[in-house]
Amino acid sequence: MLLRLVFRNVLRHKLRTALTLCGICVAILSFGLLRTVISAWYAGVEASSANRLITRNAISLIFPLPLSYLERIRGVEGVKTVSYGNWFGGIYIEEKNFFANFAVEPRTYLELYSEYLLPEDQKQAFLRDRRACIVGRKLAKRFDWTVGDLITLRGTIFPGNWEFVLRGIYSGRDHRVDESQFFFHWDYLNETLKKTEPLRADQVGIYILNVANPEHAAETGARVDRVFKNSYAETLTETEKSFQLGFVALTEAILLVIQLVSFVVIVIIMAVAANSMSMSVRERLGEYAVFKTLGFGGAYLGMLILGESLLMAVVGGTGGVLLTFPAARVFLNYLGDYFPIFLVTRQTVIFQGLAALAVGVAAAALPTWRAVRVPIIQALGRIG
Amino acid sequence: MEEKGAIVELRNLCKSYRRGGQILPVLRDITLDIREGDFMALMGPSGSGKSTLLNLIAGLDQPDSGVIHVAGVDITTLSEGELAEWRALNVGFIFQFYNLIPVLTAFENVELPLILTDLSKRERREHAATALKLVKLEDRMDHYPGQLSGGQQQRVAIARAMVTDPTILVADEPTGDLDRTSAEEVLTLMERLSREAGKTIIMVTHDPRAARKARSMRYLEKGVLASAPEISFSQCA
Repeated sequence: MLLRLVFRNVLRHKLRTALTLCGICVAILSFGLLRTVISAWYAGVEASSANRLITRNAISLIFPLPLSYLERIRGVEGVKTVSYGNWFGGIYIEEKNFFANFAVEPRTYLELYSEYLLPEDQKQAFLRDRRACIVGRKLAKRFDWTVGDLITLRGTIFPGNWEFVLRGIYSGRDHRVDESQFFFHWDYLNETLKKTEPLRADQVGIYILNVANPEHAAETGARVDRVFKNSYAETLTETEKSFQLGFVALTEAILLVIQLVSFVVIVIIMAVAANSMSMSVRERLGEYAVFKTLGFGGAYLGMLILGESLLMAVVGGTGGVLLTFPAARVFLNYLGDYFPIFLVTRQTVIFQGLAALAVGVAAAALPTWRAVRVPIIQALGRIG
Repeated sequence: MEEKGAIVELRNLCKSYRRGGQILPVLRDITLDIREGDFMALMGPSGSGKSTLLNLIAGLDQPDSGVIHVAGVDITTLSEGELAEWRALNVGFIFQFYNLIPVLTAFENVELPLILTDLSKRERREHAATALKLVKLEDRMDHYPGQLSGGQQQRVAIARAMVTDPTILVADEPTGDLDRTSAEEVLTLMERLSREAGKTIIMVTHDPRAARKARSMRYLEKGVLASAPEISFSQCA
């Protein structure tokens, strides 16, 4: 009987219920999308490997390190493999076509980043050709590139037009791998610089270290930094995760605002749902008085009102959660350049569910208190 | 008919309400016995305290002073929760505006008070069906209140009031919202319940025709009972 009453009460004011459900649905959807934006921000951090360390200039990332450090880092105890690379910052045709592009030492880089899956023939073709490049599956799809295409990037940090031959298209081992990057031979960059800007040659942006035992990563990093202590280019070695978090920290204020907005959305819908429930309860105070007259206690009324509120929250919330997935795909189509990984995570869905339940409980709290507290004769209007 | 003892005993009952800082006495030192099986009409002008007295007898409100015994239980000493349980078992309510739950069918409305009993689902359904049959609405059990006439709704309300076989039935202006024919049907039904089922019914009414159907009548004026042999007057403390 309780469930029957809850269901029928929900359907009493169809327009009001529809509007409230719509509001909850949109709020949970917005909440989910904003949480997904936050997750996307941390995608690089999530994809980090515990086995990898990043060594950069201790002063700032914008200052390079000499290539001569390579062999000395290799010799540090605990270091298994070392690769290196530079942020290239090239532009394809025009600025709006932004994507991440790096000059890397290809053999060691692909060894370190085994999550980039590249067919063997394409890998060999990439390694053989100094002007070769490889791109992620999403990036190739975005610009309709196929293997063999000639791609020209306009350098910003390293001026000039740089021509590459696409030799391979990689795909990620799992959904966390960024498939929108562009890699080419560091040697191609370095040899060109030797001719055009010799002072900038033989300089490396970062070294990427593979450690034998991730449990000793901090120790190994400290050992590397000790090697270059008091040199003209001291190093700072940190885990790949810390390195990525450093980038996220640069935009902390924006993240904070997004988080705040996501919670504000929930608070607003709580107020809207509470108002809707209050209206319903106010209209039915006489009925609740009849329940009390017949001997039903406050607990039963509480369940009746909470049940109605929760039912709306669950239906609206489920709609919101289900719509988050197609909405995220649409979002990705438009903003995929900025958020290469834009996936609705299980954690986001759980947060959405909890937010919907919180809306249901909060919306029912005050009306329940009112319905339970109001004296029967006052609600029935039977004084006299 | 065999004379029975008092099932409702009111002693020196006083009740007042506070309105805008003023205390308005509504009932003054009411002492009254209602015999088991009686069908009593409670009359009086508007504001005389009839509904307040009915609320007190039904355990919907508490007096400022005085004692109310119903079937031997002093209900003035019960807590709110105990009073709710007591009402569920001992009182059947018939309201002027029926007060049926609009989203429940006639059958479900009658079944509603039985949820608070220990009856199984099958027993509940049997009791509700019997009660609806008694008020001759077995063919309307799947109708919602909005699909029934006023008289039919009041008959459903009577079925709901008696389905738990309560100690007393209280009715507040049960014919106040009905046309003459429907009112007659409802009053005849209540009279039958009193005569055939031996139910104790206390009915507040303005309508002399309704009062004539009752077995006894009490008159309230300005919060005191008038012109009845059982009534005694004394000053409220």
